[in-house]
Amino acid sequence: MPRMAAPYFGCGNAGPVRLRRPWIPRRPVAGSTGPFVAVYRDRPMNAPTAVPTPAIELVGIDKRFGPVHANKNIHLSVAKGSIHGIIGENGAGKSTLMSILYGFYHADSGQILVNGQELRITDSQTAIRAGIGMVHQHFMLVENFSVLENVMLGVEGGVLLKHGETAVRAALRGIEQEYGLDVDPDAIIEELPVGKQQRVEILKALYRGAEVLILDEPTGVLTPAEADHLFKMLAQLKAQGKTVILITHKLREIMAITDTVSVMRRGEVVATRKTAETTMAELAELMVGRRVLLRVEKGEAKPGPVVLSVENLTVKDGRGVTMVDNVSFEVRAGEIVGIAGVAGNGQSELLEAIAGIRKASSGRIIMNGEPVDRDGRVDPALLRKKGLAHVPEDRHHMGLVLAFEENENAILGYQDDPKYLKGPFLDIDAIRKDAVEKIEKYDIRPADPRLKTANFSGGNQQKIVLAREIERDPACLLVGQPTRGVDIGAIEFIHKRLVALRDEGKAILLVSVELDEIRSLSDRILVMFAGTIVGEPEAHADEQEIGLMMAGIGREAAE
Amino acid sequence: MSVPLGTLPRWVNYGLLPLLNVAVAFAISGLVVLFIGENPIEAVQYLVVGALGDGEGIAFTLYYATNFIFTGLAVAVAFHGGLFNIGGEGQIYLGGLGVAFAALTLDRFMPWYVTAVVATVAAFAFGALWALIPAWLQAKRGSHIVITTIMFNFIAAALMVYLLVNVIKPPGNMSPQTRLFEEGGQLPKLGGLMQWFGLDIGAAPFNVSFLIALVAVVAVWLLIWRTRFGYEIRTMGTNATAAVYAGIPYVKTVVVTMLISGGLAGMMALNPVMGDAGKLQIDFPAGAGFVGIAVALMGRSHPVGIVIASILFGVLYQGGAALAFDMPNISREVIILIQGLVILFAGALEHMFRPALIALFAAKPKSRPASAAGAT
Repeated sequence: MPRMAAPYFGCGNAGPVRLRRPWIPRRPVAGSTGPFVAVYRDRPMNAPTAVPTPAIELVGIDKRFGPVHANKNIHLSVAKGSIHGIIGENGAGKSTLMSILYGFYHADSGQILVNGQELRITDSQTAIRAGIGMVHQHFMLVENFSVLENVMLGVEGGVLLKHGETAVRAALRGIEQEYGLDVDPDAIIEELPVGKQQRVEILKALYRGAEVLILDEPTGVLTPAEADHLFKMLAQLKAQGKTVILITHKLREIMAITDTVSVMRRGEVVATRKTAETTMAELAELMVGRRVLLRVEKGEAKPGPVVLSVENLTVKDGRGVTMVDNVSFEVRAGEIVGIAGVAGNGQSELLEAIAGIRKASSGRIIMNGEPVDRDGRVDPALLRKKGLAHVPEDRHHMGLVLAFEENENAILGYQDDPKYLKGPFLDIDAIRKDAVEKIEKYDIRPADPRLKTANFSGGNQQKIVLAREIERDPACLLVGQPTRGVDIGAIEFIHKRLVALRDEGKAILLVSVELDEIRSLSDRILVMFAGTIVGEPEAHADEQEIGLMMAGIGREAAE
Repeated sequence: MSVPLGTLPRWVNYGLLPLLNVAVAFAISGLVVLFIGENPIEAVQYLVVGALGDGEGIAFTLYYATNFIFTGLAVAVAFHGGLFNIGGEGQIYLGGLGVAFAALTLDRFMPWYVTAVVATVAAFAFGALWALIPAWLQAKRGSHIVITTIMFNFIAAALMVYLLVNVIKPPGNMSPQTRLFEEGGQLPKLGGLMQWFGLDIGAAPFNVSFLIALVAVVAVWLLIWRTRFGYEIRTMGTNATAAVYAGIPYVKTVVVTMLISGGLAGMMALNPVMGDAGKLQIDFPAGAGFVGIAVALMGRSHPVGIVIASILFGVLYQGGAALAFDMPNISREVIILIQGLVILFAGALEHMFRPALIALFAAKPKSRPASAAGAT
């Protein structure tokens, strides 16, 4: 199963988040820490007096995974009753830090203070007892259990379920009324939409007495409307005095909902700002460590003949839901066509269908004048032979076998190339020599073809895939999220390689949820929304215009 | 973040860890022996001396080990493809049928080495055939291979009993078995090889199939790590999505992997049928197919590891028999218990000591060049 693509929540100024002010609670709760919010808001952060004890304080947290320094001497203070955003690029160490706070990992050094008291969080049970709740990016729910059963799981309160059930039911009713989280306790999880499933996760945390709620990339799986609803809920929680830590890499969410934001970069907290006093541009700069101007040096495209042509393509996913709906477009030699869109709008399925991994339910894909399927059957191996290379969106699950040595991954998909073979045997020497050449050319570090692929960093893993696919000198290259989780230096390199490939007269189809990337690389942009191509903005169209299309608003205008 | 929590040095992973597992299994076995009222040290002495004390003991140990090498390899090949073939038992049984056909047809007018070649091919083919249907069901219909292979063990047993009783048994014979193969249908003993080392084979059935097993060991190593098909097997077994991406045909790879696995299991029949009994008997696999699972687990699915693990289990079988003979208090069941403990610790509890060992050996980060240099 391909994983859900990383989300890009809204874009330009067209994001669906409207709500900036917390809801007024319907019913004030006695003993709520609400007033702290006001205190906190009125005073500068570092005022030595009258600052309430922070809900969470991290002092000098340090964590290494072998050669990777995931968290470097982190100091972080989260005020009670606030929404604190933690933002950073993929791999900046946000999730690791929160996993330490929740007891999944142990910090190599440093302290955790909860309500001013030092706490050794050895496992998630300790964290829960300390009032810390976590909503994971991938839900930890038993799909075929009811909401009630899921909330009860682990706190059944006895051998027989009856007693616990009654207690949970009563408590749920209370929590629901208090926070406006309406979920039918008897609904089965798998029948609920994703947004509601997430609500169950929040209910679980609240039922366990969470005062501090950590949400790890919560909008990744949500539709804009669901995300909107989530933010209302968080505002409500805040109004009730709960503390929320929101981990995300999306600036828009930070600006929309948080009070304070901490920026992480390469394992360090590089800055903490009050949201009201910062701008998206400043945060972006802090995130990547320099001014973000993803401008790519490239000349005019010289489009040649059509290489890839997609005609009325419809693709359904495993559940039979139409993900790509009657899509047609062309990619010519010597041009980069970028497909923009919020993640989950069919780009992944489109890419997989063209690459021969996913079967299209109708429509045609034609490469160099020939249909790519053989009697309705697609075969990625055959497509490769015809000169179609594919950098998949998800390198961990699709593009690489992480348990393999680097050189073994450098031939993945090309293992039947006579260049790497001696009869039925692999020509190990040729494979390793070839791998070393690619390592040098793409500056893959560490430069060790025998190293297990899992031990390379994300950016270097991506380079392994890119080197493999680009060096095949394909006629047509499909690229999905080429720079996800890749550091700036590598991004620049990858972009240059793609442009160079274009200049050699290759056709490139680029799918990315990073609108900046699409805009800076593409010669033509197609915007996908809900499985259809809603428009083809001018290559130099501004972010706002494309953003509107991505949100599905430009649909009429585009037609 | 999906950073691996440190990897163990090879010598720890492949040497210390299995050794530790076996040591603990023996320690607990010692307690059991103590509980029965026997001296564990004495018991170990009987076991070791019985298995390795003289030429005959060693030959018996290697005879058993031969069985386990074949079945261990069979399980390992499937493992590499992410398939759990627990149908070794049935595949051996059918392999025996192939061996018997070859031997019964050729033994009167062919020298043993011609018969052996034909029998090897027949054993492989029959074992592979028995794995074909489960493989096809897995590949095409998604029927879980664990369920289908184990069901096929029962079908094989029933089929073989039927054939032996109603079809193959020579008329007038009381027991359900074939006639005795002539000299051209029997594998020679390796007494000569033992003499090289100054050992006497005695009555042990240690035979040429041991050498065939060693050839299979090399062949499997080549297959898995040096051929394109082995690469495809490993890709499918480690990351099925990546295999689809790489254009590796799932159906073909599953089926061929299982054919090889079943064939290797089938080849085991050479040892007891042509190498020892000289006839096809009921129940000759005697659980070797299941021991193969433990052997493959313990040997980390690596051919060399499998040879070592097979010899260990050979020692347990032969030494266990000697122990039961010399210490009447220790019954056959206790021996099985000890074997079970080894399987438990080497197989099922494989990860018990791993975290501690990782803490010991992987905690000190060696100065790796260019560590986190390229982003993460």
